[in-house]
Amino acid sequence: MEKRGLNKVDLIFEKVDPKEVLTMAYKMKPSDIVQKVLDSGLKGRGGAGFPTGLKWKYTAAVKNPDKYVVCNADEGEPGTFKDREILDRVAYKVYGGMVIAGKAIGAKMGIVYLRGEYRFLLPQLMKELETFHKLIKDIGFDFKINYCLGSGAYICGEESALFESAEGGRGEPRNKPPYPTTSGIFGKPTSINNVETLVTAMMIIKHGPESYSQLGTKDSRGSKVFSISGDTPTPGIFELELGMSVQEFVNEFGDGDTKAVQVGGASGFCVPRKRFANTVIGFEGVPTGGSMKLFNSSRSMYNVLHNYLDFFAEESCGQCTPCRVGCQQLLKGVQKVKKGEVKSTYLNELIKLADTMKVASKCGLGQSVGNAFRTIVENFREEIIY
Amino acid sequence: MYHIGNLVKELSDKHGRARESLMPILQGIVEKHNYLTDEAMVEVAKELDISAAEVYGTASFYTFLDTQVRGKYVIRVCKTITCSMKGKSEIIQILEDMLKIRVGETTSDKQFSLIETNCIGWCHKAPAMLINEIPYTELTPEKVVEVIKGYMQKK
Repeated sequence: MEKRGLNKVDLIFEKVDPKEVLTMAYKMKPSDIVQKVLDSGLKGRGGAGFPTGLKWKYTAAVKNPDKYVVCNADEGEPGTFKDREILDRVAYKVYGGMVIAGKAIGAKMGIVYLRGEYRFLLPQLMKELETFHKLIKDIGFDFKINYCLGSGAYICGEESALFESAEGGRGEPRNKPPYPTTSGIFGKPTSINNVETLVTAMMIIKHGPESYSQLGTKDSRGSKVFSISGDTPTPGIFELELGMSVQEFVNEFGDGDTKAVQVGGASGFCVPRKRFANTVIGFEGVPTGGSMKLFNSSRSMYNVLHNYLDFFAEESCGQCTPCRVGCQQLLKGVQKVKKGEVKSTYLNELIKLADTMKVASKCGLGQSVGNAFRTIVENFREEIIY
Repeated sequence: MYHIGNLVKELSDKHGRARESLMPILQGIVEKHNYLTDEAMVEVAKELDISAAEVYGTASFYTFLDTQVRGKYVIRVCKTITCSMKGKSEIIQILEDMLKIRVGETTSDKQFSLIETNCIGWCHKAPAMLINEIPYTELTPEKVVEVIKGYMQKK
């Protein structure tokens, strides 16, 4: 594998004149905005990675005078804190992305769903919003953004659970289809995008899709903000070009003794040292919404797995049986294996259960518990058993 | 005597009486009274003209909308992996010692509640906790003592 340094990028936090970019967007045809975002190859930055341009295209195609742009700021994945940083430092760019999305899909209303844990940011965000509303009114936009505050539920980061919550209900995911593009918040066509995605879209309008798509790889265009934590001398937020291997990442951020990297948080994948060199961070390898946790050899991977399972058992909304019971049984199962109450081969049964959850769960939560479970159990089996 | 109904009316006037006003109203009550009493939830149901069960259904879904007694200052210590790796247990220990309560409990003077919570988004500055909405990060036992003393003097 070719060795190269990591390319640090400054797109998300770069200072821009919102008036200049939004005036540009104001003069563009909605279909041209959609085309530029399509051409850039931008995929959603929340973790699922759906092409943003397509989402906008589908929502734009629905005929309805009441459409919504929803900014998903319910950042709850363990190890992710980039959206908080983005909102704290460049909220005007998040709002800018929402207005651009609104123009692209034909929406006049925007809602930011902010997780309850970030409530301390709200006064400052509201103040900036007031200034922003004045700015876009001067340009000529007819668009209004409101805030909706969460109250401590990981599942509300799932788009349809977020809608339920914003409508005043329990944050329980809906059946799909219908998809948000036709029936989202309040049953209206909705484009729901992650905080970082919206900022990136604004920067694509500013710099053009050509320069953006020069960054990254065929499957993972552009750059991405990473939230780096765990056993690293330099925890924090870093914007990096996509396409690096885990090895390159560890060379830069590891403490010299990294034995595993959890890519994508509790719902993501565990990459052990032997796979560092041939695993790419991105949609062609291990995807991530930004969460990168490094573990060195002093850490017990049993504790890591136990912590994740405990998290999921608490955060499962309990609506569908595979996820509700599955999360609890996986947790109990690894405890039993650790205590020696069952044979170690019981882990194989648990992996089957995790696989079943992947197929049978209603939403992304239950479907992704098996990612961490399988990759940790398969790569660190001894640590789970002994 | 202060009646919870007044606050519910006030909040409903501010946020509206549509179903989507439910969360902001409940959040407003918690902000003022730390938790939701049965009485408060019944009042909200009357005000929004929905069943009390629906109000309870929504409230009980969310960890920040407590339906059990909570103190004036709710301390939520993050227990997710990075905080746990970086000394969460020590932080809990010192809090339990200072407040003379266990995790999940509220002090008898109803000033402090101590609970553990899932990831609050401060992994790069672990361990971290929230006291009501204010985050405290890169905690050490000494820092915790200082912060809690500050809150104790506030009351």
